[in-house]
Amino acid sequence: MNKIQAAVKKQLFYTMLKIRRFEEKVTELYPSQDMKTPVHLYIGQEAIAAGVCALLCKEDIIFSTHRNHGHYIAKGASIRFLMAELYGKSSGCSSGKGGSMHLVSPEVGILGTSAIVGSGIALATGAALAIKMNGQKKIAVAFFGDGAVDEGTFHESMNFASLKKLPVVFVCENNFYATNSHIAVRQPHDDIARRAQGYDIPGIQVDGNDVLGIYKSAKKAIERIRAGKGPTLIECRTYRWKGHVGPECDYEKGCRPEKELYDWMKRCPLESYKKYLFKNKIINQSGIEEMVKAVDCEIEDAVRFAQKSPFPAKEELYDDVYYAGSKDALD
Amino acid sequence: MPWTRVYINKDDFENTLARDGLRGITYREALRETQSALLKKDKRIFILGEGVNDSGGIFGTTAGLAKEFGKDRVMDIPVAENALTGIAIGAAICGMRPIFVHMRMDFLLMAMDQIINHAAKWNYMTGGRVNVPIVIRSIIGRGWGSAAQHSQALHSLFVHIPGLKVVMPSTPYDAKGLLISAVEDANPVIFIEHRWVYDYIGYVPPDVYKVPVGKGIVRRQGKDVTVVAVSQMVYEAIKAADSLQSENIDIEIVDPRTIKPLDEELILDSLRKTGRLVIADVGCKTGGLGSHIAAVVYEKAFSCLKAPVEIVCLPDTPTPASPVLEEAYYPGKEEIMASVKRAIHAK
Repeated sequence: MNKIQAAVKKQLFYTMLKIRRFEEKVTELYPSQDMKTPVHLYIGQEAIAAGVCALLCKEDIIFSTHRNHGHYIAKGASIRFLMAELYGKSSGCSSGKGGSMHLVSPEVGILGTSAIVGSGIALATGAALAIKMNGQKKIAVAFFGDGAVDEGTFHESMNFASLKKLPVVFVCENNFYATNSHIAVRQPHDDIARRAQGYDIPGIQVDGNDVLGIYKSAKKAIERIRAGKGPTLIECRTYRWKGHVGPECDYEKGCRPEKELYDWMKRCPLESYKKYLFKNKIINQSGIEEMVKAVDCEIEDAVRFAQKSPFPAKEELYDDVYYAGSKDALD
Repeated sequence: MPWTRVYINKDDFENTLARDGLRGITYREALRETQSALLKKDKRIFILGEGVNDSGGIFGTTAGLAKEFGKDRVMDIPVAENALTGIAIGAAICGMRPIFVHMRMDFLLMAMDQIINHAAKWNYMTGGRVNVPIVIRSIIGRGWGSAAQHSQALHSLFVHIPGLKVVMPSTPYDAKGLLISAVEDANPVIFIEHRWVYDYIGYVPPDVYKVPVGKGIVRRQGKDVTVVAVSQMVYEAIKAADSLQSENIDIEIVDPRTIKPLDEELILDSLRKTGRLVIADVGCKTGGLGSHIAAVVYEKAFSCLKAPVEIVCLPDTPTPASPVLEEAYYPGKEEIMASVKRAIHAK
C-alpha cells in the first residue's frame, strides 16, 4: 500500500466534516417543519462515504439509498441543490420531485437514488455492465446497509457481478439495524463480509469508523477491478447516531439501548481521526477551525439559497412523468 | 392498406397480397428480423433474458441472434428476474438500450419492484435528469394446461402505473414497427406479445419503419357497433365480423395497439359513429383494461351511448388447467358476437 498523501488525509477530514456539519444543520432546522421530507441522517457513518468517494473520479458512478446525503456530499455534488431539494424547491437537485431520498447529480456520477432497500445494488451492477460493454475505464459503487443483505437483490447482484467480473464495488454499511430491527433477528450471523465467499469474490471487513482503513480497503477493491478481476464486497461496521428517520435519537423511544449509542459515540469517526491528524502533525487546531469556518460558510450559503428559491409551479406536477427530450434517436 | 389488414390464415394472405409480390412473414419472424436489424443498427442495443440464446430462442423470436451478434449482446442470464431487471435499468441509465425478454408474463411479477419503483419513476424522481430507455418484452401464453402461473395477461397492472408505456401489437407489421418505436423511445416500454398470434402471417416490409406508440388503428370499418379489441382478440373480432356480416350486422373494429397511452380519440370517434361499444380484452375483468376503457367512454362520451358497454374478457378466476375448464375460461368469436347482439338489442 502506497503512503497516503497529507493532502488526501486532510481532504478526508474535510469531507467528513462537511457531511457532519450539514446533517447537524438539518437537525437544527428540521423542527421548524420547512423541510417537508423524511430525512435519514448519516451522522456516525461519515467515514464510509468519505473514504470510498475520495478514490473516485467524477465519471465514476455511485448508487446510494434513502440514507444518501453523505454519499451525495462526498461525491462532490452541490449542497445548495441538496438543501433546496430538502426544502422542496424547484432549484433542488431533483427539481423538488425527489425529496431527501431521491438525490441526483449526473455531473458527478450520481444517476439517481433508490429508497427501496437493496434495489440500488442492482442498478449499480447494471451501470458496471454498461461500463464493461462500452469498454470504459470508470467504475461503479453500490452503497447499501445491512438491511439490504436480507434482500434478494443483494445476492442476485453479487452473483451476476462476479459471474461477469463487473467493475463494481459493493460497500455495505453495517450499522446493525434495519429501521429498528437488529441484525440478530434478521440474519444468522452479522459477519456480512463472509457472504462474499459464496459468490467467489473477496469480502473485506473493516472498521466503518476508520476512514483510512476504509480508504485502503476501497483502494484494494478498485485495484482488483483495474486488474480485470471484478467486484469486491466491503463490509464497514458502523453505527448511526440518529434514529432511522428524523433528527432525533431513538433510544428514548426504546428503539435501541442507550449504552450502545454512547459506546459508539465514544468512537466518533471524526474525533478519532482528528486525534490521528494532530498526532501526525498533518493539521493543527487552527487548521481545523479554518476548515469548520469554511464548511459552515458554505452550508449557510446553501440554506440561504434553498430558503430564497421558489417552489415549483403547480403545473410542474405533470412534467417529467415521461422523458420529454429527443436526445435518444437510434444511431 | 396492406399493412393494416389482418389475415386470419395463410391462404387468405396468399390469395391477396402475395399475388402482388408483397412479402408476408409471421409475427414470430417479424420479431426476430426486427431485433436483428436493431442489433445491427445500434451498438447500444442488447437483448437479455432467460433462454434468449438457447436452441428454442424464445419461441423462435431470438433464434440465431446470439450466433450473429455474440453472447454478450444476446445474453442468457441467471434466473433472477428482479435484480436482472434492475441491472438492465442500470445499464439503460448509463446509455445502453436493453431489450429484456420474459418467456412468460407471469415471471414479470418477480421484477415488479424494479419495473414499478424504478424504471417507471426514475425520470420523475430525478426531475427529468435521468431517463430509462428499456424495453421489456413479455409473452402471454394460453392453452395446453398452461394453468395459473404460465398464462396470465397482466397488462392492466402496468396500465395503472404512471411512467410506463404499454404496447400490445396484434399483427406482424405492428410487431415490427412498434418494437422499433419502443426501443427508440426514451422511456420504459412494456411490450406484450400473445403467443397465439405468433404464427399469423402478414405484410411486413423488409426495411426499418416505425409504428408510433400511442396510436391505434381501425382494422375494419363498420356502422353498427364499435368493437375495441386488443392483441389476440383482434383476430377473434375479425372472425366475429365475418359471421355477423351474414346477419347484416356491420361492426367496426378498433385495435388500440398501444394501451398506455391509450388512443382515446380513435375509440371515441368510432363510438360517436356507432353509439354502441364492445370491448374485447385478453385479461380479467375487475380493474382491467376493459373496465378502464369503459370508464373513459362513460366519462367522455356518455351521451353517445345507445346501449351499455359490453366487456368480453376473462372471468375473475385464475387460469384453470383442464381443457374443459380452459374452454369455459377463454372467450372468443362467439362471445364477441353475443355481446355485439346484446349491444344492438339493448333498449
